[in-house]
Amino acid sequence: MAMTVDLPATERIEADAQAAQPTRLRRYLRPMLGLLLPVAVALGWEVIVWLGFSNGRLVPPPSKVFATIVELAASGELSRHIVATLSRVVSGFALGVVAGTMLGAISGYWVLARRLLDPTVQALRAIPSIAWVPLFILWLGIFETSKVALIAIGVFFPVYLGVMGAIRSVDRKIVEVGRIFRLSGPAMIRRILLLAVLPAYIVSLRVGLGLGWMFVVAAEFMGASEGLGYLLIDGQQLGKPAQIVAAIVIFAILGKATDWLIEIATAPLLRWQDAFGHHAEAA
Amino acid sequence: MLALDRVGKTYPNGVHALARFSAEIRQGEIVAIIGGSGCGKSTLLRAIAGLDPASSGSVRLDDIAISAPHEKIGIIFQEPRLLPWLSVADNIGFGLSELPADVRRERVAKALARVGLADKAKAWPRELSGGQAQRVAIARALVPQPEVLLLDEPFSALDAFTRRDLQDHLLDLWADTRPTLILVTHDVDEAVVLADRVLVMRPRPGRLFETISINLARPRDRNSELFDHFKRHVLTSLDRSLDRNVLDAHGRSDEGGAMWW
Repeated sequence: MAMTVDLPATERIEADAQAAQPTRLRRYLRPMLGLLLPVAVALGWEVIVWLGFSNGRLVPPPSKVFATIVELAASGELSRHIVATLSRVVSGFALGVVAGTMLGAISGYWVLARRLLDPTVQALRAIPSIAWVPLFILWLGIFETSKVALIAIGVFFPVYLGVMGAIRSVDRKIVEVGRIFRLSGPAMIRRILLLAVLPAYIVSLRVGLGLGWMFVVAAEFMGASEGLGYLLIDGQQLGKPAQIVAAIVIFAILGKATDWLIEIATAPLLRWQDAFGHHAEAA
Repeated sequence: MLALDRVGKTYPNGVHALARFSAEIRQGEIVAIIGGSGCGKSTLLRAIAGLDPASSGSVRLDDIAISAPHEKIGIIFQEPRLLPWLSVADNIGFGLSELPADVRRERVAKALARVGLADKAKAWPRELSGGQAQRVAIARALVPQPEVLLLDEPFSALDAFTRRDLQDHLLDLWADTRPTLILVTHDVDEAVVLADRVLVMRPRPGRLFETISINLARPRDRNSELFDHFKRHVLTSLDRSLDRNVLDAHGRSDEGGAMWW
């Protein structure tokens, strides 16, 4: 735990070495490196279409995708679809997280609850979630409720598993510290268990959010009049590949942005971590 | 006074770890428990701490039966076991949560200064060296002012210099409030330098083999002839404790011993 005496020192040496170099340039150039490949591919395709080697009808060039996005944005369509999709993801995610966290914590902490609950949850998890769609439509109608429920299901499982697994694997030695100081059950959860599982919990939130984005598409395929998933279906039915790619690009941007939000919102909570990743990022 | 009366421990898997261990330890005494591996010394310590209560016999501190962790008994483990999400100062104050914040802050600051880590108050545990982390663990255990402090091989993971340093430091801190110290160790040098009494245990099942009083004034000179004499005494006793053919040092054969081999 606290035995890594030399790590901060090495870090400092590397920081010193970096300070000698033009650090600002490096800080901006490094993320750029990751952009190199997609930008090159996009530009290459643009050039190929421009030169007439392909008509770009089925695979629209970036300029056309961009024009479609601008057009949708100008008409106000785009924000309507984004708001629809985003609100479905947010409410489904919130529901899934609350349910997954509570049930996961209960079956992680309480052995009897785990014996009672976990086999059923695991069995339900084995069902491909899309298989619920017809049932949800019958039960909850074709409007928002069934969509939000499907997304919540997708988010629930990774969060449930993450919380339960993390609580079960909290180091007994740390729990013993709590016992020595005679912490009550709730105090043990609040002062030791929840904090110990925090890193794993945040990972499971991010996995859950990723699945939430996956399921919103499925949900919007099952009959929506607005949303990015509707744009996809609409583009397919009316033969507008540029609109499909535009929706995909916006999905990617929103997915990345919401994931990044979780990451920066939780970073201050994890400063104490002595993880390999931290030092690798810092270097 | 801490009274151990025929303390025994059989684990649910049938392992008989400790048998009829009796001892009386005066308030403020320093006792070292030493013995080969599997002689039940950690089992005994965890029973006194109330972490794994004894399956027979009793542990009593001033006539209070101990079967769960008690506020008058603190423990320091082999590893520092600091909570990585708390700063050094918050780790030390962890057991003081019932006190008002200003009292807590003051006592933590005093303890930090006392273990020589005042400048590390805001550091994370990961930023400490092994010796520093163990000092924080000592401060955390001492700051609620326990009457009995248990130490389970507290310095065995440290290098020789740090270990000596912390042994001296521990005696220093002990002199402040003079709690009873019960130290499990496998280091003869450590036992003789710290303890008023060394309890030698023998294994399978763990029980008391011999009690050796260390009649040496403190501070003790590790290079003196008398120090060597006591070390040899403990070493000889340890050797004999592992010899199956030897009766208990008290001259009687141990009851129930035949059951185990």
